[in-house]
Amino acid sequence: MADTAHDGARATAWAPSARQRDRDAYRRGRARRSAAVAVVSTVAVAAVAVLALVSSPGWPRVRQSFLDPHVAWESLPRVLEGLWLNVRVMVVCAVLIVVLAMLLALARTLRGPAFFPLRALATGYVDVFRGLPLILVLLLVGFGLPGLRLQGIPTSAVVLGGVALVLTYSAYVAEVFRAGIESVHPSQIASARSLGLTHGQTLRHVVLPQAVRRVIPPLLNDLVSLSKDSGLISILGAIDAVRAAQLKTAEYANFTPYVVAGIVFVLLTIPLTRFTDALARRGGWLGSQSGLAGAGAMR
Amino acid sequence: MSGPLLRIDRVRKSFGDHVVLDDLSLDVHEHQVVVLIGSSGSGKSTLLRCINLLEEVDDGAITMAGEEITDPRVDANAVRSRIGMVFQSYNLFPHLRVLDNVALAPRLVHGVDRAEARDRAARMLDRVGLGAKANAFPDELSGGQQQRVAIARALVGQPALILLDEVTSALDPELVGEVLGLLEELKGEGTTMVLATHEMSFARHVADRVCFLHQGRILEQGPPEQVLVAPREQRTRDFLRRFTG
Repeated sequence: MADTAHDGARATAWAPSARQRDRDAYRRGRARRSAAVAVVSTVAVAAVAVLALVSSPGWPRVRQSFLDPHVAWESLPRVLEGLWLNVRVMVVCAVLIVVLAMLLALARTLRGPAFFPLRALATGYVDVFRGLPLILVLLLVGFGLPGLRLQGIPTSAVVLGGVALVLTYSAYVAEVFRAGIESVHPSQIASARSLGLTHGQTLRHVVLPQAVRRVIPPLLNDLVSLSKDSGLISILGAIDAVRAAQLKTAEYANFTPYVVAGIVFVLLTIPLTRFTDALARRGGWLGSQSGLAGAGAMR
Repeated sequence: MSGPLLRIDRVRKSFGDHVVLDDLSLDVHEHQVVVLIGSSGSGKSTLLRCINLLEEVDDGAITMAGEEITDPRVDANAVRSRIGMVFQSYNLFPHLRVLDNVALAPRLVHGVDRAEARDRAARMLDRVGLGAKANAFPDELSGGQQQRVAIARALVGQPALILLDEVTSALDPELVGEVLGLLEELKGEGTTMVLATHEMSFARHVADRVCFLHQGRILEQGPPEQVLVAPREQRTRDFLRRFTG
């Protein structure tokens, strides 16, 4: 107790030395200067940009045909209605993509000759759908599949568009998962096997939990990307936010609905982006992996 | 049972052209502590990994309690569940709390229900003096504490044999003692151990037998007083001189 009291007294008695006060004053001065420079330069750049835009010869016409407040207000309900379709497509596709991608990633990590067909199939799938432009997959699936006139093939533009999104995105996400699986150090596997865990148990309880935690930021990045690309199903005729904006554009002979659609998409993805950043910054095991020997360089 | 618990019979292992274990033979009896010494690359770690079937031998046989475990028809997972292994860099599972690290094998390998597995794990953590850290994540512990958790994890399935691969090499000098103290206690309880180490004073203290490995062979073996104090082989003397300065 006496020691604590003594330490406490010493801690409160400390006052910065003249040298430290001088350093602090210098640092505060530098910080004020940086802030002032930042404000001035931001205002200057913004002013130049606005001036350049407003003083351009076509500005009155552009403002009329792209930024008409009346058209914006009139088109907003239909665009939001369309956006709700985008959100639903995105959520359903995201779930299917994660499941399919995980299966593909696992198939690609299988070893041994018995699994060659499965491994080759997964590799081929990823090669093809990562190489094909999404818009081609959409067109081929959207117009090709119904053309087969097979029984039970869906004809709804939304379903076919969703299928195309799942096909393409699962190839990307599979590679994200595979990178995560391969980033788990072999010593973790040795350690699990030394306890008597089977290959499957090791994968399920040791490798995958670590792999998935590590790839959550890139995974959410792909989800942000998916939320925008869900707008591409409009080319098959589904009335999503993009298609709704297109219809309103034709109705008013004015491009403002496109700007409205653009703004609602940005507003949709910003929370996702912020969530991703917050996750990546989160502390604890996810943020720092010092528990792994030699992981210091990864931070 | 009268024979040795573990019999390593003319085991050979190479990685590419590099022969790591060259016709190596070794018997370990129950309650014995066998210490492997030798410079890096002499084959100590590879021998331990072969015993735990983490590496396949190229030739020869390893027999445990009369059963040849290097036979590919033997269930390797069942063999590993009877052998505990502790690694140089602890290799705890970073995503699991300390208690779940220890409870994982009882639950998955020994088929114990969750409550009982956690109970056993908690008792084992108390045993290594870390009962208070059960809910911490591994990276919240010091190196010595992590290694004691790893030892608890290896012991919880009550293995017949424990393999320890340079378990103090990654620790700060002031943390080595807590791990070595624990190993001494285990020896006192009659635990059969094979350990690779560079801690010569510890080897001298706990070993029933010391084996000096050189280029994949046991060049010299015997009681610690002989191998560590009055070695017969010139190479053993050369190796030990580096530790006495």
